Amino acid sequence: MPQKSSRQEFQSWGRYPKLDASVVPLNWTCDFPLRPPPATRMLPVGAGRSYGDVCLLGHGTLLRTRGTGLSGGMDRLLDFDPATGILCCEAGTTLGEILDFAVPRGFFLPVSPGTKYVTVGGAIANDIHGRNHHGAGTFGRHVPRFELVRSDGTLLICSAAQNAELYSATIGGLGLTGLIAWAEVRLRPIVSRKIRYTGIKFCGIEEFLLLSEAHARNEYTVSWLDCVGTGRNFARGIFMVGDHDQEREPLRRSRGVKLSLPVNLPEFLLSRRSAGLFNALYYHRRSAKFHSALVDYEPFFYPLDKLQNWNRMYGKSGMLQFQCVLPREAGETGLVEILKSITGSGLASFLAALKIFGDVPSPGMMSFPKPGITLALDFPIRHEVSFDLQERLAAITLDHGGRMYPAKDATMTAAQFQASYPQWKKFAAFIDPAFDSAFWQRVTA
Amino acid sequence: MRARPFPTTVVALGATSAIGEATLRLLAERGARFYLVGRNQEKLNAVAADLHTRGATGVATHVMDLDDTAAHAAMLAAAAQSLGTIELALLAHGVLGDQKEMEASYPAAEAVLRTNFLSAVSLTTWLANYFEATGQGTLAVISSVAGDRGRRSNYVYGASKGAVNVFLDGVRSRIDRAGVQVLTIKPGFVATPMTAHLAQGPLFAPPSQVAQGIVKAIEKRRDVVYLPAFWAVILLILRMIPRRIFKKLNV
Repeated sequence: MPQKSSRQEFQSWGRYPKLDASVVPLNWTCDFPLRPPPATRMLPVGAGRSYGDVCLLGHGTLLRTRGTGLSGGMDRLLDFDPATGILCCEAGTTLGEILDFAVPRGFFLPVSPGTKYVTVGGAIANDIHGRNHHGAGTFGRHVPRFELVRSDGTLLICSAAQNAELYSATIGGLGLTGLIAWAEVRLRPIVSRKIRYTGIKFCGIEEFLLLSEAHARNEYTVSWLDCVGTGRNFARGIFMVGDHDQEREPLRRSRGVKLSLPVNLPEFLLSRRSAGLFNALYYHRRSAKFHSALVDYEPFFYPLDKLQNWNRMYGKSGMLQFQCVLPREAGETGLVEILKSITGSGLASFLAALKIFGDVPSPGMMSFPKPGITLALDFPIRHEVSFDLQERLAAITLDHGGRMYPAKDATMTAAQFQASYPQWKKFAAFIDPAFDSAFWQRVTA
Repeated sequence: MRARPFPTTVVALGATSAIGEATLRLLAERGARFYLVGRNQEKLNAVAADLHTRGATGVATHVMDLDDTAAHAAMLAAAAQSLGTIELALLAHGVLGDQKEMEASYPAAEAVLRTNFLSAVSLTTWLANYFEATGQGTLAVISSVAGDRGRRSNYVYGASKGAVNVFLDGVRSRIDRAGVQVLTIKPGFVATPMTAHLAQGPLFAPPSQVAQGIVKAIEKRRDVVYLPAFWAVILLILRMIPRRIFKKLNV
């Protein structure tokens, strides 16, 4: 019964753009290819947690691996080998579900993004990264094998040795190369839920770079950045360092207590003034330059997951995300230019993150991360202002030899995409002939 | 009621249904052994692999259409043989049917009654005798709140589930004294493939939440359980509405 579909407005996490599509829940790996095949083009979508339009397809058919949304879908754990740490699971399994299974058994995700509510299929399709990129690389590096189902019914086991080109095209391939049915993920051992955390206040990009260098051997590093501050507060932030605690401790499962934001907040609440206030409070929460603590992994990795539907904070128009990576050499000047554009625009970002990407290569052909500095921001949508700013930030990024992250993009132009991902033509040959996405239509137009 | 060990051997009828599978996962985490029955081998294999990964100590599968009541006895005997003793039987299969189609056509209504009611009667007849003879066991049947009162929007489905409820009430009175638990499970709206085409409002619960309720009801040796529990209140009110008013309502 997978063919029961409903035509509806499907929204990505950024809730912009808003496009209509038929959503077909897939509950079993054998539900795809659809019988009969749909008349429209298709795109797989997992939890719909990417921000822009990589998981959207106007007037198309979305193949939803999360079933009806509340739970279920393709979420089965097919095999686990404690000797190697390799977990094989269906593509709709979320990283949170993997943690629920793995943590009590003494294992952890090889790479964690900022939310545990993304699916394994989405993690591969966007080749996501986390706070350990400088040591561990992207998620795709820890996926030794997966099965790809093409729209003509062909089943292909993909790995570095088998169907190697399709393996490389699918990692970071934005769901366009076929439906991932199941994937293997190499988990890493842990002995405790706890993270040894240190927060260090910094002021200026130079100090951030020095801290990154000094903490290159720590497993997890990321910085929160105040994008509102000017003058002597310009580019101030908190450099956050974490390592898995080595003291053995009972490995219980996470408890599922969550708060939810039930309604869209009125849009005037997210103003430059409120962001400035929030940033100042956050920065001055601890008066000391250094703050160390032993913390649970949940608040360390997933601070926002506590508040379900936090995207409603941005009101009903939604938000724009921006994430770029700038090569190391040009990074500092580029970053200063970007920050000055933001403070000059009058818009404010609450949740700005700054991090050094390492040089561990990804197997993914279209993977976003490359060695350098990455900056992630989100902005409320305010008429032309937000789009003008995105345009300016994109121009600065490209001028400095950088590129933007498709999973967080809704505004990149075709010229910008093609200039910063010159391998796109080679990649296009691996796209499933029945698959398409709103993002792909936009950047190849 | 003295506490008794939680069932460790399970025959699951309709093992690929969403609520059924979610319940089996919780039992697998406790190390149960399974005999899974369903119509599709590929899907049964996927469920079996998942239960194995989560901690099941053994999983066997059996492909059959449970509408085929003539084959029930042989299948259940094979399950008992495979498991040693059946400690828990979970009846999780069922169809919703298309109300409009069933209003127009008796064969469509009969098909729903056969799957939801007659096959449950056939399975329960064998299982009740088996449990009574072995002096143990839990018979857990997924029925529905729809069986509590006939409504214009789904009375054929409701009648099939209402008939199951009445039948189980009788079976319970017969074999409870032999040490057998008969559990009637009445879920409200659950977000499953069966209801995927309906507009899903805030009353919809995820299958995992219903599954937790089922496991708790087995543990506490309950007779009837509404899941989530607030449905007991809704149905109490719905049952109390006088018929001359009820018949004019669009529920």
